[in-house]
Amino acid sequence: MIHTTAGSDGLAQVEEYEGRSLWQDARARLFRNKAAVVSMVILGVIALMAVFAPLLSPHPYDEIYWDSIQAPPDFAAGFWFGTDGNGRDLFIRTLYGARVSLAVGLLATTVSLLIGVTYGATAGYLGGRIDNLMMRVVDVMYSLPFMFFVILLMVVFGRNIFLIFIALGAVEWLTMARIVRGQTIAVKRKEFFEAALAGGVSSAKIIFRHVIPNVLGPVIVYMTLTIPQVILTESFLSFLGLGVQEPLTSWGVLISEGAKVMEFAPWMLVFPATFLAATLFAFNFIGDGLRDALDPKDR
Amino acid sequence: MLSYILRRLVTVVPTLFVVITVAFFMMRLAPGGPFDSDRALPPEIEKNIKASYDLDKPLVQQYLIYLGRVLKGDFGPSLKIRDFSVNELILEGAPASMQLGLSAIVLAVVFGVSLGTVAALRQNSGIDFSVMSISMIGIAIPNFVMAPLLSLVIGVYLDLLPTSGWGGGAFQYKILPVIALALPQIAYVARLTRGSMVEVLNSNFVRTARAKGLRERLVVVRHSLKAGMMPVVSYLGPATAAVMTGSVVIETIFGVPGIGTYFVNAALNRDYPLVMGVIIVYAVLIMLLNLAVDLAYAVLDPKVRYS
Repeated sequence: MIHTTAGSDGLAQVEEYEGRSLWQDARARLFRNKAAVVSMVILGVIALMAVFAPLLSPHPYDEIYWDSIQAPPDFAAGFWFGTDGNGRDLFIRTLYGARVSLAVGLLATTVSLLIGVTYGATAGYLGGRIDNLMMRVVDVMYSLPFMFFVILLMVVFGRNIFLIFIALGAVEWLTMARIVRGQTIAVKRKEFFEAALAGGVSSAKIIFRHVIPNVLGPVIVYMTLTIPQVILTESFLSFLGLGVQEPLTSWGVLISEGAKVMEFAPWMLVFPATFLAATLFAFNFIGDGLRDALDPKDR
Repeated sequence: MLSYILRRLVTVVPTLFVVITVAFFMMRLAPGGPFDSDRALPPEIEKNIKASYDLDKPLVQQYLIYLGRVLKGDFGPSLKIRDFSVNELILEGAPASMQLGLSAIVLAVVFGVSLGTVAALRQNSGIDFSVMSISMIGIAIPNFVMAPLLSLVIGVYLDLLPTSGWGGGAFQYKILPVIALALPQIAYVARLTRGSMVEVLNSNFVRTARAKGLRERLVVVRHSLKAGMMPVVSYLGPATAAVMTGSVVIETIFGVPGIGTYFVNAALNRDYPLVMGVIIVYAVLIMLLNLAVDLAYAVLDPKVRYS
């Protein structure tokens, strides 16, 4: 940031040479990372396609075409990816699957972020016995067979998409809490933290103004790595038949349908699998890129 | 060390209690019951069946009865697979699941560590680049995509191995499911190993070892690998959990008669005792493996001491 005020004295000139902030530096480094940039472009394209899905295809996602059931890709008819076993256009269904998968990824990660950051920051900030107790709870939760509980939840409460968000978010927050706690303890040893304490700033304000902004780096990196994990878990649930309900779909559902008929209709497996793999690739590369960009060690 | 192990084993009990309690009541909240079928049973018969499984008693009483049984090591009868107790079913299915899981973990460590080390030793070379790209594919392609692809190419097109079934545990039936289960883990371990080995190989103690003229093989195997294994070992805890849940899918795809297959079917059919039994077995396994990982950590890292 350059704070130049016209007509002021020589001070303005000094401020022009102010160093780049951590974030500007990180951004520059991220954009120099080719794999990360390509990934961002791919992800952007997939996201845009998902958002504008209805405009991109002449077919609605739940319309059944009785005379072209499980048909291979046909450009003349507008079935760019072919049709599925019920005669529905696979292209538009893949894009609707993208909507569900990306939404689950983002929302569940947000849930895990909210729980994990609050929990971790509180434990790290309070320290002592409370910290000990809170982290023991996390340890215990780590050793629960969570996927089984998620499967149970899906069976119990029916295949409700909002429940998937919450269930997956509730599973994924543990590591986030550990990371944030570790960072918080590191921040507590810094001078500015002591200054805030000495100045009588309230606990809540210290947590939100001083602690959380300073633990943001690792949190962002972990977030980009959590999103693909959540997408994968949702696909896994859908594959088992516990995901979103017809006529809605997700990549996991499409892949599981495709896997059953891959000998006769390989397009039903290949297209959704490619979209899923490309998305997972992209998130992983962006996460790696961010980690390198935010790592203060190899500057 | 011994007292640490004992203390950890003691925490297994309350954790298991939480697992059992949550799973029990969650399962019972589910609409529908084990004896709902298209053909409604006459009410007297249904009542008799329910009474014979204690299902007519208040929920809390059922819970206490169940806890008492589990304490005696009895998981009760299966509600859906007639004439079998859950203990029998688990004993029947567990060997297949265990073999799959353990083989996958061993493969992941052996191949992942070797590939990662080779990549780190030839950093930024063609080998490094190809190992890392392939491992990225391993991470990005989930095992439920990999498994059908493998069985299509190797089982159907090339006709080298059976596509599904267990064949009573014959070796050729195990190859594809183990590979499908292990591939993502191999990829992950390779990436972790490479990352930490690159750091270790540039560290001072390795430079010292080289400077005093130690053979390269000793430098790598004795000095670097030991330090470079830390992130891999700490990943093994989550990895075993991932392999166990992954095996649910792999078992379904390849038709392996393991406890993962039982779990999904039992959950869908409301076979309460079977669901509970499988969850308890998995929970105990995950906890024991986590303990093993923590102990391995202490062996590798002289800074970590448990007392």
